[in-house]
Amino acid sequence: MRVALSWLASYVPLPESLDELVATLDDLGLVVEDIEHVGLGLDGVVVVQVERIDAIEGADRIRLVTVRDRGAPVEVVCGAWNFEVGSLVPFAPVGTVLRDGTAISRRTMRGVVSNGMLCSGRELGVGDDHEGLLVLDESAATPGQPIAEVLGVDRDVVLDIAIEGNRPDAWCVEGVARDLAARYDVAFHRTEPDPPAPIGEGAGSVPVAVEIVDPDLCGRFVATVLIDVDVAESPRWLARRLELAGMRPINNVVDASNYVMLELGQPTHAYDLDRLAGHAIRVRRAVTGEELELLDGSSIELAVDSGAIGDTGEDLAICDGDDVPIGLAGVMGGSSSEIGPATTSVVLEAAWFEPIGVARTAKRHRLRTEASVRFERGCDYANCDRASARFVELLAMSSPGLRVLGAPIDVRGELRRPASLRVDADAIEGVLGVRLGLDEVARLLSAIGFDVADRDGTLEVTAPSGRPDVRDAPFGVADVAEEVARLHGYAALPTRVPSWPAPGGLAPVVRVRRAVREALVGIGALEAWTAAIVPADDAQLLGDEDERVRLTNPVAADAPFLRSSLMPGLLGAVRRNAERRQGDLALFEIGVVFAHPSAAPTARVERGGAGGGELVKLPSEDERVSLLLARPLDDARTAVAAWRALATALRLSHTRLDPIAGTTPLGLHPTRCAAIVDASTGAVLGTLGEVDPDIAARAMPGLDDGRRLGWVDVSMGVLADHDAVLRESDVASVPSRYPTSDVDLAFVLDESVHVEELKAVLRDAAGELCESVECFDAYRGHGVPPGSRSLAMRVRLCALDRTLSEEALASTRVAMIDAATGSLSATLR
Amino acid sequence: MAPGLDESELAAYVEDALSRVASASGPAALGALRAELTGRRSTLAGWHRELGSLGPDERRTLGRLLNEAERAITEALGERDAERAREARAERLVADRLSLDELVDRAVDTPLARGHRHLVTKTRDELEDVFVAMGYQVVEGPEVETDWYNFEALNLPLGHPARGMHDTMYLDVGTSESVVLRTHTSPVQVRSMEAAVRDRSLPLHVVAPGRVYRRDTPDASHLVEFNQIEGLVVDEGITFADLAGTISAFTSAYFGDDISARLRPSYFPFTEPSAEFDITCTICRGARCRTCSQTGWMELGGCGVIDPAVFAAVGIDPARWSGFAFGFGIDRCAFMRHQIADLRALVDNDVRFLRQF
Repeated sequence: MRVALSWLASYVPLPESLDELVATLDDLGLVVEDIEHVGLGLDGVVVVQVERIDAIEGADRIRLVTVRDRGAPVEVVCGAWNFEVGSLVPFAPVGTVLRDGTAISRRTMRGVVSNGMLCSGRELGVGDDHEGLLVLDESAATPGQPIAEVLGVDRDVVLDIAIEGNRPDAWCVEGVARDLAARYDVAFHRTEPDPPAPIGEGAGSVPVAVEIVDPDLCGRFVATVLIDVDVAESPRWLARRLELAGMRPINNVVDASNYVMLELGQPTHAYDLDRLAGHAIRVRRAVTGEELELLDGSSIELAVDSGAIGDTGEDLAICDGDDVPIGLAGVMGGSSSEIGPATTSVVLEAAWFEPIGVARTAKRHRLRTEASVRFERGCDYANCDRASARFVELLAMSSPGLRVLGAPIDVRGELRRPASLRVDADAIEGVLGVRLGLDEVARLLSAIGFDVADRDGTLEVTAPSGRPDVRDAPFGVADVAEEVARLHGYAALPTRVPSWPAPGGLAPVVRVRRAVREALVGIGALEAWTAAIVPADDAQLLGDEDERVRLTNPVAADAPFLRSSLMPGLLGAVRRNAERRQGDLALFEIGVVFAHPSAAPTARVERGGAGGGELVKLPSEDERVSLLLARPLDDARTAVAAWRALATALRLSHTRLDPIAGTTPLGLHPTRCAAIVDASTGAVLGTLGEVDPDIAARAMPGLDDGRRLGWVDVSMGVLADHDAVLRESDVASVPSRYPTSDVDLAFVLDESVHVEELKAVLRDAAGELCESVECFDAYRGHGVPPGSRSLAMRVRLCALDRTLSEEALASTRVAMIDAATGSLSATLR
Repeated sequence: MAPGLDESELAAYVEDALSRVASASGPAALGALRAELTGRRSTLAGWHRELGSLGPDERRTLGRLLNEAERAITEALGERDAERAREARAERLVADRLSLDELVDRAVDTPLARGHRHLVTKTRDELEDVFVAMGYQVVEGPEVETDWYNFEALNLPLGHPARGMHDTMYLDVGTSESVVLRTHTSPVQVRSMEAAVRDRSLPLHVVAPGRVYRRDTPDASHLVEFNQIEGLVVDEGITFADLAGTISAFTSAYFGDDISARLRPSYFPFTEPSAEFDITCTICRGARCRTCSQTGWMELGGCGVIDPAVFAAVGIDPARWSGFAFGFGIDRCAFMRHQIADLRALVDNDVRFLRQF
């Protein structure tokens, strides 16, 4: 909200220092977001009349202009063409400093001396027009007059103040002033309008009938009827205040309505009485399908349910005597009863509409107006009469002949009683942690319009009707405490660092995640962070559009999906780096991927719906650790090595790589992949191998050097689940002090026999002598039948208490061969 | 009818062509067949040329039949192409086969270089560690939430104007606008309180870091997806003073002793009183500079005393328990500490940026 200091100062004395004022407003929760100095750079600029225009030899874009204020003629070089001899234009003499800091000096152009500058509107900061000079109306300006006087622009400062959602009372100049007066403990000059007295006595003489059909949505409707209105321009000072507040003056009726809203926070709406059918107003819920043409010229269909959660599809319509909608209550008026130059009779509406209803309507029709934002937060229904009177008073200044027809019609609907509660020093201390004197509490609250009475050490507090955010007890204690704290000053409150006996700690998944990250960083990978909201390309790459979660209102229309895998994001990150010749990378990311509840094997079910009363199926969330190996020598082998490094770091003891059962997961190379499985529990941790070469080629068209991309993808949830994935025991073994002996054995086995199976058989056969089993070569080809492979195994044997004898080694060797040939149908090579 | 052509002849021709397509073997044969059947000199093309000499009715009928025939043959050829591509891919994949169970550690060349954590996770870890040292448990929650957890339980009922501040993104799940990408980590607070009530494990001292989403146009200081950390304390006798002390203790623990914090009144539906908290500008250390708009302060986050209505929604007795909550951007902390000119660098994943941390 833009507030001019000159306006603010008419309600409360302001401090000399702007810095201090801004700091005080910030400290009151009225954050100053911008400070604009207006009227700068007008000092010294005067009105001059053009006397002569001469061409300059050799120049076809500039001319020599002779102008005169009241003194001697002055010659100025000028590049504008939109004036003639006799025009009145602004002139900045030598020595003037314009608002953008330009200092006007004597200059010579094409051998001609220019003694100053003729100015455009933009150069003076009074408009955007830079096409030519600001040519002044002869009736409004005389040569020699200061331009500031002609334009009615005084030096002023406009503060742009952010008003919080719980402060509808502060959304007006008076409201800001009220807070300042409370903080400075000075008098606050409340606007008390003194409009012309009405003619005619009693409601019977007022030719307009008002009916509130739906009292739950309209709590109050005050209608004031004016006749003999002269629609004209507003007084300059009033128009100027609107301009400074960022509103365009239109005519005195509309301007007065806007002024009242800016001053008192109460939106009003003026109807042309002669265009109001039946001279009647009915406030009722709109019927689905009714149409309304709005002031802005657009047409809307009323009361059409958007289908969104909590939308009742209701609109509140202001209707005329024929029951035809002429306005969208609290949001925007209709064009049918718009005030125009010919208007002579006016009905002014000052009403209170139910906030949530206005919010719903404004949102559904995408019409956020100055009125709707105020009604949404809750206006002060007690302000309706004052706002009406103020409107009449202001309009009478530019339409002195107007007459008020009878007393305003005041119709009531349902209104919420202002909060009323008892507060004592203990209650305030319970919230703020400081014991404040009740006198001080009472003084601060009274200053912002609370009704406070001290009853033996307990304050009976009633909130003003303009503070709908303040609730009854018990919740209201917090609201009252906040007001006290705010006015007292947060910085003046004591502080204390709390402590408690319970130690802090990380959730188990956080600990595991840190270990994962540490391990991957340890093998040279860089951690990436890619978007979870992804473009359509991402889904097309994996071909799983149908299973994706879609956003209904994405920021960019071409990025409507949630990711289902970290692979496309990591491929994109590598590609972008490769384009900068830095694509030899190992990148990893730890992040959540999503699946639509209709596609997920088990949907997440959570409390939801309006009021939290339903169970809602949600997309499944799966946190993944994905590693993309894109260095020149990377492939499925380095992926395995990377996984082993990770497994070692996490002390996973029993995982093995199994062929993938069923369909290959999206994006994986079908014949160079494996599932990572915990051999003891059967839990699947993830997959690894290579990126499908076709997908790699599509994702990285530039990377055509035949490079393979290694890939590891593990579920963080499974990894952190100590029941699903077994860890090495904490019991440490002390190695034997005796020498070890290696037995190398090569077996030919069917391809279907897993290396881990062979290792297990050998380990079992060697018994407690077995220190380690390793596969050190695999061979296919000459001498090995198709469908089989030869695996060369090295078993390291050792006893804790002795050096192994030749006999012991030999018998263990035989035992291992027997076991392998027996249980795995292996043949010794 | 064109000379030598009638419908049955056309049908027979198509049938013959399709069977030749089906039986053609090898890419060369298929290519030759394609030229013969669909090229400019093909029989079909010849027939097409003859259409011009026919009467309008006949031309229409026969033209349609010819087009159908052509489409059938082209589709059959296309299917064979796709089939061939699938076969070729299958052959390539078979040739590429590698058994991953037999790999040997020693066979793998791993470069001897250390990688880097992402700046955001590094910052997050540091923040977590500060709060753990202050006695907080680090907890997490889901990124997709129901309207209830993201808004209603936080005293933001449907239609509440403050929802407008959140720039929410909705998902195509369930009733329109009922499932959201969380706009803040506050739902984790609700979940923590619900769990504590269920397990009778109050008091509660938690911080919840994580990714959040706002529908905002990304620029140098805004990301659509960013990271927040929120703290929540529910205990006996907790007041605004504890909140102010906590913010200030955290600020000097994380940013250094010469950085202090101040609170300003603000509004959040889930806290009352509410505050924004600013810290001494980390660039000029309070001397006033351009980054802090000559104020000496930088806005970091929001906080407040838990609104009793939030307690009511989760079933905590406000007569016994009180609490406070605070939250701020993790990325913003990184941004302040490392003077990052453009937050978008965090998601660009350029190695020249990643390697700095």
